[in-house]
Amino acid sequence: MRLRNFNIGRHLRDRLHYSWMLLVLAITMIVPVALLSGLIYKSSFLLSEQSFFQILFSNQWKPLSGKFGFYPFIISSLWVSVVSLLIAVPICLLTAIHLTQYAKRWVLNLMHPVIDLLAGIPSVIFGMWGILVIVPVISNYIGPLFGKNISGYSILAGAIVLSIMIIPFILNILIELFRHIPTELKETSLSLGATQWQTVKFVLVKKIFPGIVSAFGLGMSRAFGETIAVLMVVGNVVHVPKGIFQPGYPLPALIANNYGEMLSIPLYDSALMLAALILFVIVLFFNFLSRLIIVKSNIHN
Amino acid sequence: MNKPKINIQDLNLYYGKQHILKNINTIIPERQITVIMGPSGCGKTTLMKSLNRLTDLTPDCSVSGKIMIDGQNILNTTEDITKIRKKMGLLAQRPYPLPMSIYNNVAYGLRISGRKKRRFLDKRVEHYLRQVNLWNEVKDRLKEPAGTLSIGQQQRLCLARGLAVDPEIILADEPTSALDPISSQTIEEKFKELKNQFTIVMVTHILRQAKRIADYVIFMYLGEIIEQGPAKDFFENPQEEITKDYLKGLFY
Repeated sequence: MRLRNFNIGRHLRDRLHYSWMLLVLAITMIVPVALLSGLIYKSSFLLSEQSFFQILFSNQWKPLSGKFGFYPFIISSLWVSVVSLLIAVPICLLTAIHLTQYAKRWVLNLMHPVIDLLAGIPSVIFGMWGILVIVPVISNYIGPLFGKNISGYSILAGAIVLSIMIIPFILNILIELFRHIPTELKETSLSLGATQWQTVKFVLVKKIFPGIVSAFGLGMSRAFGETIAVLMVVGNVVHVPKGIFQPGYPLPALIANNYGEMLSIPLYDSALMLAALILFVIVLFFNFLSRLIIVKSNIHN
Repeated sequence: MNKPKINIQDLNLYYGKQHILKNINTIIPERQITVIMGPSGCGKTTLMKSLNRLTDLTPDCSVSGKIMIDGQNILNTTEDITKIRKKMGLLAQRPYPLPMSIYNNVAYGLRISGRKKRRFLDKRVEHYLRQVNLWNEVKDRLKEPAGTLSIGQQQRLCLARGLAVDPEIILADEPTSALDPISSQTIEEKFKELKNQFTIVMVTHILRQAKRIADYVIFMYLGEIIEQGPAKDFFENPQEEITKDYLKGLFY
């Protein structure tokens, strides 16, 4: 009799654990959906009064007269992210190749904690480093090199700081990708008379190319969403930037700088919510695209 | 016995502190099939890889002794390592097609050594694919990724790719272990044909396979060569106790 009771309790507990795990799982799945619908709801106030495309492509940002043009912010975001990616791509790729193909193993073992350390530094510290080091360097050295007299608060400063922040993130993915290539593939290429560099270039990079692209896609989405470090050095001037030495005003900075203030202005908070929604969708898009590339290439190989 | 192609003298190899190959002394005859046999983990594969210095890839690997190929010690040479490796085609346990088309797999070795003329490549690719009996199966899909072929076809493609760089030696590391019986047979028969042109070194632990195709046998156990000799003597009249036990199937 006792045995039977014990059994019932055991199965009851089993069901119980199953249920609460399901509940927790549901919560994690509901949060992004709730976020998205909240943003859509809040931004609908602005969208009901003004056309979406006009908001997207107008560069008139005059909240007091009800003009909310996002164009300068979107272009700033693109500038900063793309330039930071251009800086990060060669650094990450060459570092990953060197660490996994050329360096002694202890170098890689040493670099792993260094990369993790870099990834763990709070972004506000990167922002301060940007103000104290990068901005003066651009103002005093890089700017004059191109004949420009500038403050240093610029797209370039934001991109440099940002690239340092996304490098550990991308680098970790790339190192894993390179390490998972079977040694035999490398041996095959070498045994056919290829040099090590030919092997890297024609075989290894090709083998994991989809993975490399998606690693940079994920890096791009991180760069796009990064807020505090960028807004500290990028200048925050509302205009459409025309070069890397001009200041910019990316979307996340717009939201962080203004939300909570001036919300008495009609539709202002709705406009910021729309900015958040656009940011959300863009980041989601890059993430989704990167995953898609990985999945597709897995099927193919 | 044919004249020696490879002559190994006092070869010792360590991975870190682990002594993998112990005082290896052997001769591999030209244009014959030499089979390296022995239980798993006895150093067969390492011995084979040291022949084209793929052991260089392993960190903290140290080697002493001599490996003479055509009278040249490849362990102590000023010659370009890629030239030494090109002398030897490698066939691995499982096929590892390069991440490119069927055509480009075969053309790869030629391309990286600077032979880029399309007409020349077309001819060579067809020639080597015919040589491994693959041409008729793939002639209409040369542009497709090599990964779309069956495992057996892939292994034949790998053989064609290795032959395409015009090697003198074929190194094969249990080349049939992942294949179905029919593909295995094709590879074995190919080897018997190819030995008229190439020196073949094959690692296997399939005893019957060794009996079928070996001309010369090297038997290894725990990093040492226990016994070696022409296949007939080795199988019919083994000298060492360990060899006898192994041939009887007393251990794996």
